[in-house]
Amino acid sequence: MGVDLARSPAYITGAVETDIGKVSGQSQLSMFAGAARQAAIESGITLRDVDGVFVPFMGFASAVYVAEYLGIQPRIAESSDHGGGQFEAMVSHAVAAIAAGLCEVALVGFASRQRSLRSRSRNLADATTGESVTDQFETPYALPIPIGHFALAAARHMYQYGTTPEQLAEVAVTARRWAQRNPAAWVRDPLTVEDVLASPLLCDPIRKLDMCLVTDGGGAVIVTTAERARDASTPLVRVLGMGESMTHYHIWSAEDITTWPGSRSGPQAFGMAGIKHNDVDVFEPYDAATIAVLIALEDLGFCAKGESGDLVQSGALAPGGALPSMTNGGGLSYAHPGAYGMQLLIEAVRQLRGECGERQVPDARIAVAHGIGGMFWMCSTLVLARE
Amino acid sequence: MSDQFNDPSAQVFWEAAGEERFLLQHCLDCGAVQHYPRAFCVRCMSDHIDWRDASGLGVVYSQTTVRIPLDASLDQPYVVAIVQLEEGPRLLTHLVDGALEIGSPVRLRWRKRDGRPPLPIFGPA
Repeated sequence: MGVDLARSPAYITGAVETDIGKVSGQSQLSMFAGAARQAAIESGITLRDVDGVFVPFMGFASAVYVAEYLGIQPRIAESSDHGGGQFEAMVSHAVAAIAAGLCEVALVGFASRQRSLRSRSRNLADATTGESVTDQFETPYALPIPIGHFALAAARHMYQYGTTPEQLAEVAVTARRWAQRNPAAWVRDPLTVEDVLASPLLCDPIRKLDMCLVTDGGGAVIVTTAERARDASTPLVRVLGMGESMTHYHIWSAEDITTWPGSRSGPQAFGMAGIKHNDVDVFEPYDAATIAVLIALEDLGFCAKGESGDLVQSGALAPGGALPSMTNGGGLSYAHPGAYGMQLLIEAVRQLRGECGERQVPDARIAVAHGIGGMFWMCSTLVLARE
Repeated sequence: MSDQFNDPSAQVFWEAAGEERFLLQHCLDCGAVQHYPRAFCVRCMSDHIDWRDASGLGVVYSQTTVRIPLDASLDQPYVVAIVQLEEGPRLLTHLVDGALEIGSPVRLRWRKRDGRPPLPIFGPA
C-alpha cells in the first residue's frame, strides 16, 4: 500500500521565498510569480515544463488562475485550502501524482500580503451564510480564530498534564533565539520568559507573545522526478516520507484537543521514511502558537504525552540543542503570512542544502517539516533528506 | 423562526430550543448519541433516530476567557467553553454566573436572542 518512493523517488529541486514582512509595490500574484520563476531557474527548467500546479489561498480555483498567469496548462491542479499546513500536503500529493504518472514537474506555493492588506479575520463565519453548522453552533459564542482555539487546547493540556505558562513561553523564547541568528527575521529583539508572561492575555492562557506574527510572505517549490532533478543547480533534497490526516472541523467535535492529527500524519511519514526520532537533524514545526509546538513534539513522538514542556525547557529545540527546531525564527519571530507551511518547508530545504549561514544546523541530513491546518483539523508531515 | 437553517434536523433542534428544550439525537439501532443534529446516525448510518431531552448536566472540558474584541454585542471578558454533556457529546458554549474550572459540573441555561431561538449556555450545576 502507498506510494513506493524507492521505485519512484521525488525531489524538491527549487525552493524560493517571496519577500516577507511588509511587501509593497507587489501584488500577491506578482510576488508568487517571481518566486515561481526563480524556483524554476534553480531547478534548471522553464515554467513551460511544469505540468502540475498546486496553489491554495489565491482566489477561486486559485491553482488554475495562477497557472494561466504563469503560462502553464497543467495536467493536474489542486487549490485545496485546508489551512496553513496545506503545502506539506500538496508536496505529498505532488509526489503521489508524479509516482502515478499524472505529472512530471509540480509547482507548489502561494503568496499573501495579509499584513499589508489587513485581510486577516478572527471570525470563522465570514464566508458562510447563516445556515452552516458553524453559524448555528459556534459563531454565536464568538470564539476568536485561531487564538481562542489554541487557548482551549492549551488550557486542556495544562489541566491534563500540568503544562505551565513558563513552558509555553519557552517556545517563544526559543524561536526568538533562532530569529536572532536570521537577519531576515521580522522580530529579533532579545526576549525572555518574563517578557512573554508580561504580554497581555488575549484568550487565557494564551498571551500576545504566545501567538505568531501576521506578515506578508509566501514562496514556491518545484517537485520533480529523479531524471528531471539532474538539471537542478542546487543540492538535491529527496522526499523520504509523507503523511496527512484530518480528524474534525469544529474544535468541539475533536475527540481530544490535546492530540492533533499529527499523531497520525507523523507516524505515517516516519514509517514511510524508515527513520527513527534520533535520525532527525532539523525539525520545522508549525508554530502558529506556542502550544502548537508542544503538541507537535508529542504527536510526532519526540517525547511522551505531557512531557513536551520539559523537552522545550531542556533547551533541545534551541541553537546547539539535540532537536534544532523553528530554525528561521518560526512563525513566532520570522514571518507568518497566514499560511506558514510554505516558510517552514523552504527553511527545511535550505537547512538540508546548507544555505542557512549563522543559523545553519551542522551537517543537517534529515529534516521534518510538519504543517498544521485551520483549527488543527488537519496535519501534514514530510520527511526530507539531503541526497 | 427556525426555517432560517434550511435543514430538517437543525429545524427540529431549534424549534425545541425555542421552548428551551435541548434535544439530542439517539440512534435506535446502535445506541449512539450525537450532537450537532444530522440526517442520520454517523456511527452506523441508521436513520432510525429518536429525539430525547438532554439532562442539561455536563462538565467543563476546556475553557478560555476571551479578552479581545470580536462580537460587539458581548460584554468583555466572556468565557467560551467546551462542555461535555452527561450523555457524551460535546458542544461549544458560554459559561456564566461565576468562575468555573475544567472538570466543574455545569447545568444548561438559555440566553434569549432577537430574531433567533434562545442560545444554550451553561452555569454552575
